Amino acid sequence: MTSLNELTLAEARDGLKAKDFSATDLTRAHLDAMEKARGLNAYLVETPDRALAMAQAADGRIASGQARPLEGIPLGIKDLFCTEGVATTAGSKILEGFMPAYESAVTANLWRDGAVMLGKLNLDEFAMGSSNETSAYGDVVSPWRRAGSDAKLVPGGSSGGSAAAVAAHLCLGATATDTGGSIRQPAAFTGTVGIKPTYGRCSRWGTVAYASSLDQAGPIARTVRDCAILLGSMAGQDARDTTCADLPVPDFEAAVARGVKGLTIGIPKEYRVEGMSAEIQALWDRGAAMLRDAGATVREISLPHTPYALPAYYIVAPAEASSNLARYDGVRYGLRVPGKDIAGLYENTRAAGFGREVKRRIMIGTYVLSAGYYDAYYVRAQRIRTLIKRDFEQAYASGIDAILTPATPSAAFGIGEKGSGDPVEMYLQDVFTITVNMAGLPGISVPAGLDAQGLPLGLQLIGRPFDEETLFAAAQVIEDAAGRTRLPAAWWA
Amino acid sequence: MSVDATTVRRIAHLARIAVSEDEVAPLQGELNAILAFVEQLGTVDVTGVEPMTSVTPMAMKKREDVVTDGAKADAIVANAPETEDHYFLVPKVVE
Repeated sequence: MTSLNELTLAEARDGLKAKDFSATDLTRAHLDAMEKARGLNAYLVETPDRALAMAQAADGRIASGQARPLEGIPLGIKDLFCTEGVATTAGSKILEGFMPAYESAVTANLWRDGAVMLGKLNLDEFAMGSSNETSAYGDVVSPWRRAGSDAKLVPGGSSGGSAAAVAAHLCLGATATDTGGSIRQPAAFTGTVGIKPTYGRCSRWGTVAYASSLDQAGPIARTVRDCAILLGSMAGQDARDTTCADLPVPDFEAAVARGVKGLTIGIPKEYRVEGMSAEIQALWDRGAAMLRDAGATVREISLPHTPYALPAYYIVAPAEASSNLARYDGVRYGLRVPGKDIAGLYENTRAAGFGREVKRRIMIGTYVLSAGYYDAYYVRAQRIRTLIKRDFEQAYASGIDAILTPATPSAAFGIGEKGSGDPVEMYLQDVFTITVNMAGLPGISVPAGLDAQGLPLGLQLIGRPFDEETLFAAAQVIEDAAGRTRLPAAWWA
Repeated sequence: MSVDATTVRRIAHLARIAVSEDEVAPLQGELNAILAFVEQLGTVDVTGVEPMTSVTPMAMKKREDVVTDGAKADAIVANAPETEDHYFLVPKVVE
């Protein structure tokens, strides 16, 4: 029999409803798996007592016929979401010991719908990274290994803990966030599904800020349907976030079965980047064929400003980060290192509390916003952002319903392999995902096959603003045609 | 554009991050690698293009100007490294 933690979220929900097992059994199966998988370093904090109390309450509700949409479903929470009374670090030393007095909007929505919290998941420090190697609390090890090799691979980032935990069956689904690819790239690396919804679909209230005009929360799960179920609970209006859209949340799960008959899918020629591997090109072609076979029309489109998205991002995101992270001053919360005066206290606290990548981005941001450079860098980047968004608007206006691209330039790489000398080498990981954040659009990453070394590869679908439903429909077609990725056997347990 | 060692020290001070002498050269190299990478933006024609201010076309939400929160001083100072009577303690700022 399949262990309870290996069920999909939808199967677990149905099993709970049919009383095949209890929420307590389901939670215990996950807590046991988590204990055996500590070597992966996916969870920063485990909350077994809270999980069992929540599961017990869920069993009560199920028994009395008052089950809510996610009743008794055990989830992992990226440690960027503030959780009341449970340490929240954002993967940084500067927030060590921080105990939020409030609950983030997204997690509060999940608990409102009956979900169970298993613990807090590792991530790149302040979500800045593509490999989970910038976490102050150690690397996350991917549950995947290359065929015939035991070299440790990265799970991607910044939501590396979320992706690894979902792939290793350490939760039924996880929350994640995406500023430049941080949901979609780790999902692609771990054979899982991840969606970054439209900017404004989920409230950012109570989520630690990195770059506020780009940050969006979304789920990572093992199937398209599971992602649709989770997003339905995470999303929703919130007066506390002025950028959170005042729109009703559609029935995302119903959209999963819609199919793509009659839809037009765009293939942007600018994504055929120099040096693209034959394997990625072949995967992309196969994806297009799957959609065509299911009744979609596929045609080439042009998004001419694509090459400028990544460099423009590395002005806009650091600029916003330098402003957002000014709050970590050693006065109100977190780490404090004394200095000879107040400026010394700030400087010493921030020198000791921030890691190398975070310092780098704060300094770039400070530079591009400083007197004399603001127009040349920041304002120019924001103009280019307008052009990037216009490219998409024109494509959609010409009748395109969704756009298909690869999710990442390659499969997962080894820990320590990239970006040690030149930070830009790591930034190139996000070349296919970053345009989506710059334009505020929804994007989903769905597994579409394995590479020659047996590692998962993902495809990305990009949608119109607030049309996540079409993405779920098209991603389901790919999941059905490619077959669900067989996750690795538990070598770590 | 590229930054020299003096500019690296100036940026670090503006960002309120203490940087030791042996950190300056590596930081300079890394910052210049990023600046060289973003240099290509200079080739884009942005004449007449408005800078983006909101990624989704929506008006800023407004609410009644009323108190909706408060009276939680204990919670606000609970995470502070040093406090006294609901005040955050800092080194002497004004002599």
